[in-house]
Amino acid sequence: MSHDHSLNPETMPHEPEKATLEGKNKFIGFWFFLGGETVLFASLFGTYLALHNSTAGGPAGNELFGLELVFVMTILLLTSSLTSVYAIYHMKNNDFGKMTLWFIITIILGFGFVGCELYEFHHYITEYGFTFRSSAFGSAFYALLGFHGGHVTFGLFWMIALLIRNARRGLNLYNAPKFYIWSLYWHFIDVVWVFIFTVVYLMGKVG
Amino acid sequence: MKGWMGKLRVLTLLGSIALVLSGCGRENLSALIPKGYGAETSLDLIILTAIVMLFVLVIVMILYVTVLIRFRKKKGKEDFVPKQVEGNKTLETVWTVIPIILLIIIAVPTVIATFDLADTKGAKDELNVDVTGNQYWWHFNYNGQEIQTSQDLYIPTGEKVYLNMKSSDVIHSFWVPSISGKMDVNPENENTMYIEAYEEGVYWGKCAELCGPSHSLMDFKVIAVSPEEFEQWVSDMQNVDPKAVAEGETAQEGQALFQENNCMGCHAIGSSPVQVGPNLTNFGDRSKVAGVLDHNKENVMKWIMNPESVKPGNKMTGNYPTLSEEEASKIADYLLQLQPSEITPESAGN
Amino acid sequence: MSIAATQKRGFGAVLWDYVTTVDHKKIAHLYLFAGGLFFLIGGLEAMLIRIQLAKPDNDFLSAGLYNEVITMHGTTMIFLAAMPLIFALMNAVLPLQIGARDVAFPYLNSLGFWLFMFGGILLNCSWFLGGAPDAGWTAYAPLSTTSPGHGVDFYVMGLQIAGAGTLIGGINFLVTVVNMRAPGMTYMRMPLFTWASFIASVLILFAFPALTVGLFLLMFDRMFGTAFFDVSLGGNTIIWEHIFWIFGHPEVYILILPLFGVFSDVFSTFAKKRLFGYTAMVFATMLIAFLGFMVWAHHMFTVGLGPVANSIFSIATMAIAVPTGIKIFNWLATLWGGNITINSAMLWALAFIPTFTIGGMTGVMVASVAADYQYHDSYFVVAHFHYVIVGGTIFGIFSALHYWWPKMFGRILREGLGKLTFWTFFIGFHLTFFIQHFLGLMGMPRRYWVFHSGDGLDLGNLISTIGAFFMAFGVIVFIINAILTARDAKAPADPWDGRTLEWATASPPAHYNFKQTPLVRGLDPLWIEKSEGKGKMTPAEPLGEIHMPNSSFLPFLFSLGLFVAGFGFIYQTDNKAWLAVLIGGMAFSLGTMVVRSMKDDLGYHISKEELEREAD
Repeated sequence: MSHDHSLNPETMPHEPEKATLEGKNKFIGFWFFLGGETVLFASLFGTYLALHNSTAGGPAGNELFGLELVFVMTILLLTSSLTSVYAIYHMKNNDFGKMTLWFIITIILGFGFVGCELYEFHHYITEYGFTFRSSAFGSAFYALLGFHGGHVTFGLFWMIALLIRNARRGLNLYNAPKFYIWSLYWHFIDVVWVFIFTVVYLMGKVG
Repeated sequence: MKGWMGKLRVLTLLGSIALVLSGCGRENLSALIPKGYGAETSLDLIILTAIVMLFVLVIVMILYVTVLIRFRKKKGKEDFVPKQVEGNKTLETVWTVIPIILLIIIAVPTVIATFDLADTKGAKDELNVDVTGNQYWWHFNYNGQEIQTSQDLYIPTGEKVYLNMKSSDVIHSFWVPSISGKMDVNPENENTMYIEAYEEGVYWGKCAELCGPSHSLMDFKVIAVSPEEFEQWVSDMQNVDPKAVAEGETAQEGQALFQENNCMGCHAIGSSPVQVGPNLTNFGDRSKVAGVLDHNKENVMKWIMNPESVKPGNKMTGNYPTLSEEEASKIADYLLQLQPSEITPESAGN
Repeated sequence: MSIAATQKRGFGAVLWDYVTTVDHKKIAHLYLFAGGLFFLIGGLEAMLIRIQLAKPDNDFLSAGLYNEVITMHGTTMIFLAAMPLIFALMNAVLPLQIGARDVAFPYLNSLGFWLFMFGGILLNCSWFLGGAPDAGWTAYAPLSTTSPGHGVDFYVMGLQIAGAGTLIGGINFLVTVVNMRAPGMTYMRMPLFTWASFIASVLILFAFPALTVGLFLLMFDRMFGTAFFDVSLGGNTIIWEHIFWIFGHPEVYILILPLFGVFSDVFSTFAKKRLFGYTAMVFATMLIAFLGFMVWAHHMFTVGLGPVANSIFSIATMAIAVPTGIKIFNWLATLWGGNITINSAMLWALAFIPTFTIGGMTGVMVASVAADYQYHDSYFVVAHFHYVIVGGTIFGIFSALHYWWPKMFGRILREGLGKLTFWTFFIGFHLTFFIQHFLGLMGMPRRYWVFHSGDGLDLGNLISTIGAFFMAFGVIVFIINAILTARDAKAPADPWDGRTLEWATASPPAHYNFKQTPLVRGLDPLWIEKSEGKGKMTPAEPLGEIHMPNSSFLPFLFSLGLFVAGFGFIYQTDNKAWLAVLIGGMAFSLGTMVVRSMKDDLGYHISKEELEREAD
C-alpha cells in the first residue's frame, strides 16, 4: 500500500479517497455517521417545533429575527459549501496547492458565519434579554442553533488541524479520505442550515 | 358484544381462579372483578386478546412438543444427516396470513373501544370534577358545585362522571382498577376521562406513574353512592360553615391550635380553593388517614406529629411548628369531628 | 477467567495488553467481563427489589433508596449489561462469520468500549456520592428535572458517555459488514447472527442520537437552568416522553434482534439443518426493525394523545406480531425433521420459544389500547417485558455463551453445570414473572415500594421473590462453570459440527483470524465444504503479508478525560470551581484526539514467513 508517499498525476487513482480499504471504510462509515446526525438534528427540530410558541411572555421569533443578517449568513455558508467542492475537485486532480487554497477560503467563510451568529446571539441577549433561560422557546432556539453552530466551529478547527498536519507532505492515499469526509461533513451542516433558515427564520417571521 | 362476552367472562374467570391460587385479587381493587364501565370494556378486550393469543400459543406448543419428541437425536442414528430444506412457500404464506387475520379480529374491537372510552363529548351536561394530582395526594374540585375535597372522591352510581385532570408538580396517573383503566395526570395539559361505577362501593385508587419516594403511598378512594345519597352529600358539603365552632372541649382547643399554627395557610375547610395541602372539609369521614393508614385518632396524631414516617418526601414535613403529643391529640379531635355529611364511606356499603 | 490461564505472562502485561488492545476478540472479552460485572450488580439490585416486596408493608429498604434501586436496576440491565453482552457476542463472532481479519475501525472499537466502560463507572459512582438516580430508568420529567441531589446528573452524564460508545460500536459493525466480507460472502449468504447484528446496528445508528438529544435537554434543564421541561416557562414534559421512547422502543429491538440471530444459528447447528426460510427470516428481521421505529407511542397510551393516535400506534404495534410469528414458525420448521442434539446451548434456545411466545402474546395484549389502560405501568407490563428481555435477550446470551465459549476462550463449558444453571434459572424465571401478570391485573402498579396487607397481593409477591432466588442461584453456578472451565482441555476448532465460518478457524483464533481469507461458496459455507468431503475452506488468496492495526492507549485516555469532565459537569452546579475540572477533562480528551490525528497510525505487517512458521 502506498499511503506513505505522495502521488504524482500518473499514479493518481480516479477517486483517491476510496482507493484503499481504510479510505472506503471511512467513506461508508462517515455516511452512516451522518445518518445518525440526521436523527440528532431531527430530534432538535422536533423539540423546537413543539416549543417555538412557548415564549412564556418573553420575546417571540417574529420580534427577534432580522432576515438581513440571516440572509448574509446563509450566503456565507452556502458559498463555503461551493468552495469546498472546488477544493475536492483539485484534490481529485492531485493539485495540493489549489486544494489548500480553496479549503482556506472555505474556512474563512465559515468563520464569517460563526462571527455573524455570535453577533446575532449577542444582539438578542443584550437588546432583548433573550437567553436560553428566558423561556422554553429560548431554550429550544439556542439548543438547535447552538448545536449547529457548534458543528460549524468544530468543523473549522478540524480543517485547520488537517491543513497544518498535511501542509508539508502534500496529498496521499492516507490523507485524501480525511479531506474528503471533511467535505461531506461540511455539506451536511450546510444542509442543516438550509432547514434552520426555513423552519426557524422564515416560518418564525411569517408564522 | 357485551352479552356473549359476559358469559365468556364467567368461564374465563373460573379458569383464572383455578390458575392463580389467590383468585382474582381483592374485590374493589382488582381489574379482574370489574365494577364500572371502563374496567368492563377493558376486561372484555383483555379476555378477547388473551383467547386469540392463547390459540396461537397452543398451536406453537403443539408443534414444539412434537418436534422435541419426534426429532430428538435417537440412539443408533447419531450420524443421521437430515434433508437440508430451504423453505416452503405455501407454509410460509399460511403462517403470515393467519396471524394477520387474528390481528384484525383483535384490532377492530380495540379501535372501537378506544374511541368509546375517549368520547368526552357529553362532558358539558354531566357531573365534572377537576382532579389535581399532587405529591402525594389528590384534590377534587366539583366543577360549578362549590365543593372542594381531597382523597375521597364521591360519585353517584350509574352515571358518567367526567374528570378533568392536571398535575401541580410531577406526572401522576389516575387509576381505579375495578372501575376504569388509568390516565396520566400531566403538569402541562388537562386530560379528560370519564368513570362510571355500576354499584355502590368504596373503590381503591392508586397512582400509577412514578412520582417520588411516596409514589406507592398515594392511594385514594372512589366512593360510589346512590344518586339520592349523592344529592344529599352535595347539599351537605355545600352547607358547610368553615368557621363553625367545634363540638367538645378538646376539639375546640384543637380548633384554636389549628388557627394559631396557621394550618389554614395550606389546608382549607369548606369550599375555599386553597390547595397547597389537602382540603379537610370532611376529614372526619375519610376512609383512610393520609391515604394509607387506618382511620383512627392514633394514626391522625402519628401523621400530624411525624408525617415523614408515614409518607417520605411529603410537602408537610418541616413546614409547621413542632407539636407536642397533647397538641396533636387536640388537633386530631378537632379534625375527626369534621363530619359535615351523613353520607360516608359506610353509606357505600363497606 | 480462562484468559489468564492461557497466557503465561505477568498480570501487568496482560492488563496493559487489554487496556490498549484493538483486537476485536480481546475487546469481546472486555465487553463480556464488563457486561457480566454490571449484570451481577443489576442482579443484586433485582434481589433487593424482590426482598423488599417479599411481604406487605416491608421496610427492608427505605422509600427513597427503593426508587434508586429500581432506577439503577433498569438502567444497569439495559445499558450496562444487555448492550455490552450483545456487543461482546458481535465482537467475538461477527468478523469471523464474514471471514474478516478484524472490524472496519479497530481503534474506534476500542474507543467504543472504553466510553461505555467509563460511562458505566460514572453512573455507578453515584451510589457512593450522595445517592443514585431515582426517577426510574425512563427518567420522566419533571420528576427527573426536580429530583434533588446529583443522582439524575450521574444518570445523564453516565448514559451520555456510554451512549456515545454504543453509537460508535454500531457504526463500526455496519461498515464492517458492508466492506469487510470475504470473497463470495454476499449479503444473502451471511449467517443470521451477522444479519441480525447488522440490522440492530442500523437501529443503534438511528435510535441513539435521539437519546443523545434527550439527555442533552435533561442535562441543560438540570445543570444550566434551561426550560425545556419547565412548565412554568412554557416547557413541555411530554417531549421527553416522545424523545425517550423514539430511542427507547428501537432500543428493545436492538436488545432482541441479535439474539434472534443467535437462536437461528444455534437451531440450525444442533438440528443439523439449514435454516428454514432464510430469506423470510432476513426480511422479517428488517420488517421488525422498520416497524420498531413506528410504534414508540405505545408506551404512551395513557398520556392523553387521543384515540386517533392511540389507534394508529396500536395497530402498528400489533403488526410486529406478524414478522415475529414468521420467525417463530420458521425456527420450528428448522427443527422439524432435524436430528436434534440437546445440550446447554440448545436448552436455552429451546426454552426461548415458549417463553418468548408468551412474551409476544402479552405483547399483542398490551398493544390493544383500551386494554392497556389497565396493563399500563402495572406489574402486567413488568411481567411482559421481562418475558421478552429475559426470555429473549438473556436466554439468548446464555445460549450464545455456551455455543461460542470455545471460540472465545478455547474451552467448552461443562455440560452438567450448564444444565444446572439452565434449569434453576428457567424455573426461577417463570416462578418470578408469570405470577406478575396477575399481580398487575389485581391492581399492583409497577415501581411500588410497598403493597399493603389488605390488597390481596401477598402470595403472588412471595412466589415471585422465591423465584428470584432460583435465578440468582443459576447465575452463580454459571460463574463457577466459567471459572472451572479454564482448567479444562483445549477445545477443537469445530466442536459442534458447525456450519458457519467462525468454526473454520482455530478456537480461539489467531489474532489475524484467518491465515488466508476463505472463499465462500454459499450459505453455511463450512457445511458446504464438509458435505462435499473437503472439510475445510478453500482460500481466496495466496498466503501473503497481513496488515494489522497497532494497539493504542489513546481510547482509554480519551474516555478517561470525558469521565473526569463528567464530574466537572455534575458538580459545577454546586461550586463553579468545578468548571476547571470540566474544562480540564474536555481539553485532555481533545488533546488525545489531536495526538491521534497528528500521529499517523499505519499499522504493521505480519510477514509471509512468520505465517508459514505458525501451525494451522
